[in-house]
Amino acid sequence: MSAEEKKPQERVGVYVCHCGTNIAGVVNVEDVSTWAGEKLKDQGVVVSRDYKFMCSSLGQELIQNDIKEFGLTRVVVAACSPHLHEQTFRTACKGADLNPYLCELVSIREQVSWVHTDKDAATEKSKAIISGGVSRVVHHEPLEPLYVSIHPATLIVGGGIAGIQAALEIADAGYPVYLVEREPSIGGHMAQFDKTFPTLDCSACILTPKMVQVGNHPNITLLTYSEVEKVDGFVGNFVVSIRKRARSVNEADCTGCGICWEKCPKKVIDDKFEVGIGYRKAVYTPFPQAVPKYPVIDRENCIYYEKGTCKACEKFCPTGAINFAQEDEIMNVEVGNIILATGWDLFDARRIPNYGYGRLPNVFTSMEFERLSNAAGPTGGQIVLRDGKTVPKSVAIIHCVGSRDKNYNNYCSSICCMQSLKFAHLVHERTGATVYNCYIDIRTPAKAYDEFYQRLIEEGTLFIRGKVAEVTDAALSPAEEGKLVIQVEDTLIGKQRRIPVDMVVLSAALEPRADSKEVAKRFGISCSADGWFIEKHPKLDPVATMTEGIYIAGVVQGPKDIPASVVQGAAAAARVLGKIQQKEIALEPVRATVNEEQCSGCRICNDLCPFSAILFHEDKMVSEINPALCQGCGTCVAACPAGAISGTGFSNEQILSQIDGLLFLNIKSKEAVKA
Amino acid sequence: MSEYIFYPGCSIESSAKAYYESTMAICKPLGIALKEIDDWNCCGATEYLSLNLTPAYALIGRNLALAEKQANGSQTVVAPCSACYLNLAKADHYMYEDKAFGEKINEALSAGGLHYTPGKLAVRHLLDVLVNEIGLDKIRAQVSKPLAGLRVVPYLGCMLPRPDYGERYSDSEHPLEFDELLQALGAEVIDFPLKTACCGGHMTQIGPDTAFELIRRLIAAASESGADVIATVCPMCQMNLDAFQGQMNGYFHTHYKMPVLFFTQLMGIAFGEKPEKLGFGQEFVSARQALKRIGVEVPEAAPAAKKPAGLPMPSPLQKKPIGTTEEASQ
Amino acid sequence: MTSNPTTSGPPSLLHEVAMRTPGNSHVEMCIQCGTCGGSCPSASAMDHTPRALFAMLRANMRDNVLSSNTPWMCVSCYFCTVRCPQDIHITDVMYTIKNISLETKAYQAKTASDFSKTFIRWVENYGRSFEVGLAGLHTLKHFAGRLLAMAPMAIGMITKKGMSITPPKRIQGMDQLKKILKRAKELEAA
Repeated sequence: MSAEEKKPQERVGVYVCHCGTNIAGVVNVEDVSTWAGEKLKDQGVVVSRDYKFMCSSLGQELIQNDIKEFGLTRVVVAACSPHLHEQTFRTACKGADLNPYLCELVSIREQVSWVHTDKDAATEKSKAIISGGVSRVVHHEPLEPLYVSIHPATLIVGGGIAGIQAALEIADAGYPVYLVEREPSIGGHMAQFDKTFPTLDCSACILTPKMVQVGNHPNITLLTYSEVEKVDGFVGNFVVSIRKRARSVNEADCTGCGICWEKCPKKVIDDKFEVGIGYRKAVYTPFPQAVPKYPVIDRENCIYYEKGTCKACEKFCPTGAINFAQEDEIMNVEVGNIILATGWDLFDARRIPNYGYGRLPNVFTSMEFERLSNAAGPTGGQIVLRDGKTVPKSVAIIHCVGSRDKNYNNYCSSICCMQSLKFAHLVHERTGATVYNCYIDIRTPAKAYDEFYQRLIEEGTLFIRGKVAEVTDAALSPAEEGKLVIQVEDTLIGKQRRIPVDMVVLSAALEPRADSKEVAKRFGISCSADGWFIEKHPKLDPVATMTEGIYIAGVVQGPKDIPASVVQGAAAAARVLGKIQQKEIALEPVRATVNEEQCSGCRICNDLCPFSAILFHEDKMVSEINPALCQGCGTCVAACPAGAISGTGFSNEQILSQIDGLLFLNIKSKEAVKA
Repeated sequence: MSEYIFYPGCSIESSAKAYYESTMAICKPLGIALKEIDDWNCCGATEYLSLNLTPAYALIGRNLALAEKQANGSQTVVAPCSACYLNLAKADHYMYEDKAFGEKINEALSAGGLHYTPGKLAVRHLLDVLVNEIGLDKIRAQVSKPLAGLRVVPYLGCMLPRPDYGERYSDSEHPLEFDELLQALGAEVIDFPLKTACCGGHMTQIGPDTAFELIRRLIAAASESGADVIATVCPMCQMNLDAFQGQMNGYFHTHYKMPVLFFTQLMGIAFGEKPEKLGFGQEFVSARQALKRIGVEVPEAAPAAKKPAGLPMPSPLQKKPIGTTEEASQ
Repeated sequence: MTSNPTTSGPPSLLHEVAMRTPGNSHVEMCIQCGTCGGSCPSASAMDHTPRALFAMLRANMRDNVLSSNTPWMCVSCYFCTVRCPQDIHITDVMYTIKNISLETKAYQAKTASDFSKTFIRWVENYGRSFEVGLAGLHTLKHFAGRLLAMAPMAIGMITKKGMSITPPKRIQGMDQLKKILKRAKELEAA
């Protein structure tokens, strides 16, 4: 075996960390350290030590002194996961003039002490893992990081409050931003709300100034009614193709005067902004304060596109801005970093048949209620039943609809409690109706949130602790005739109650966008099983992703309210600004390379690469890997039928030696234990 | 010819003979051959199943084992009764899901020289087979006398759509399959909010006050919706809603007269069968008026099969003093 | 039959219920939301809602749980089971509690348990059930007062439906069934 050949050349130091009692509580670290010093001598180990906290500066100094004193050429640290401290120990080696990539961190915490209770077995397993690390590290090569320059522009996808915040932060710092929004206007869900909790300030009043700032900012290129189609490149150097859908309106000529939608004869149910309870025209802006002010023609509903005649908008447009022949435009832009703030979809409440949404007219979703209560909504802010005129005398608000339910979504949608309290307040204020809030738990953990709950109790909201079992129109008594009846166990009394009401509002769950998985794939990041985008670290790196240069902000990372979305937008911007100001960044040198001699040109690796890092040379009929794009995941290495691809830091030799090392222990250490 | 293993269940031999007769009458034109499991036993209903574990599943298991043994081509067991269907399906489900449990049941079965391979048979309800296997097109093709103008409540009850181990229905609370079948027969199907609500189940025996209220809900809602008849898919539902309707009326001082039929009886009519071959006349609340509306004449009920003189039940009534009963107090 | 015994002491009733319910009942996962109690069509006849019963199980209030009429009032409608946000097989759990309460003779629900026992007697002796006999015997014992109201129905059963008033014929394999049930009972006790 090659391990035999190499072993006399390298001088390896082994460092076993106690991690306080995290490791030492389960693994006999002294035994492991002594064993490695004695039994792995033949593998090149010249010194082996254990220490309480290897990551402390004293622990690091211990390693650095040994490197100098013993002339170590390789270091193996047995401690926590490389995710945590690989960088720490590499830096320590570098400080002692040892190439950082000649240090191997093996995990005996996440992979041993945290998952085992049998102390003897855990100790043996730790030895095996260290033996594998030692056998591997002797095959390591000194590596140098790759340096790439960073383009100063940033792409932000999604023009909701998180995307707006991020765009303004970066643009104000003096760097260019492309803000791409799918809808004709920015604003997102926040633009649909009337009031925001817990302060009850008007949503439009606080949002529209920011939207206007975005629209007028010299550093922001606003691309609405547009979508990102393709992303190439890598951190610092992305090339993004954006489809600007044809608005059928020349932006240069349009003044946003509104004559076109006033004259348009085609009324359409607005199932986006008005969530199906209001109308718009075929040429429209979603709402009066839309940014940009230019309308779009909805070609699916426009009479001209349907029948070839009409053109009322064109006839009346004072500036001749209507352009029926306009075509989609593809734009390619270069950016250094990308922030995804693509938001959320509302849970389809029809999926819960026992709540009757879609069957019982006066059952409303939370977004429908937002529009009902909005002064600019279809009823001018009057809370009325589906008939458009009757003011309800009693309203039931159901929490956790599609959230915290294994049949639909396991997670808590986080905003529904406060949103439902806000609804209760609005009903009290506008109608004087009796309000029942049916909840499982009231969750009001942020600043001034519980005070808002107190206020609602004071306002006379009737809180019922119980998840509503069903909403029905089947009356059991004269009092229930013509009403909606909510059937619920009042769990604090322990009795089933039937409560007749006029209106039911379902606080429906926030769900990932229907196309979130495709979007994640397009940008090379990952989604959780639920469909939320996964952050690099749930606590310590919540807006970065595992893909360098791609950041996430807002609900796309998980349900959250407006303040939390704004925080993330700003945080992602700060991360991007930090990157831009570095001007260039060092990339991990762990990369795959193709041996041209061995490559058969089968192209199997081309499609498998999750980072689109492999290009094919038609002329030479070989594949080549772009080292700046490659993230060193190893997919191509494993897939190559010719064995032509090798991963730096993960060569066949290194992997096989590591396995040999693990197995070596299996035979030898049992004898050692017996002895 | 589509062949199925048939598990009739106890009710169909006694209170639900109309169900049996009409099922046989419609299977013929649809090319369905039902091969009855030889020497089947009771499924245990909800009573046996809820009082012990191993014996209950062994009781059901005997039927599955016999069916597996006698299976000849078909691997599908059809049950017309919702409770029988659920019990057979449930035993198969848990014996399959929980291996140790399945082995335990088989150990009990081995005392009688039997064995059942969990997952081997598909247990399905008659309605499911008709809608999802035979298909509405074939059914529509047999309709010679559409039920045009007959307003029908599609009442499924509980155990067919829930818990639905085989995931055969579009929804566990408001499935549409039954509505579609009745529409295929030409009937005017009422969108019935209580279509999968409870008929009272065994509460007619152990807590009549609760049962009467559950029956009243259904009958009242059906009556309110202007229905001519309620169509059922289960002998227990049919009996509770039909045979107990009179007592329920007495309890609440109401006067509902809502005929409750088996869906196969309506299929038979639509297929042009004679009412007397479909068990009409066996229902307590007569469906004669309802059928007359669509031009179907049901002959006068046949004379009593047995004389009521020898009844064990009315006789103690003569002897027992009934001074302080709930009825008297009402 | 998975369970999460939470203490190292003698097995709790919760643990026992989990062990004796086929499949994974998830009974230990209850979050006390009340969907079951809100859904139950016979909640009004119950001394505790199913949710309250689960809380009592968790508190290991053995006697209170086993003497409750709640599981006996269950009509097996499965609304609670399909709606439960924690995927608890509530109907099956009700069966198990009934089962244990019968075994330990802790039950108070006389009418319900008698009905079940009568039913079982028929099945174990004939292999088939017998609605007329069952309903008749049961009514005589518990609702004698209702007989007047029931008489037209009983007569109807015989005149209209042609139901037999004599018990059904025994199945041929009665011996086989008895052997199977005997072994099953031994296995249950083991």
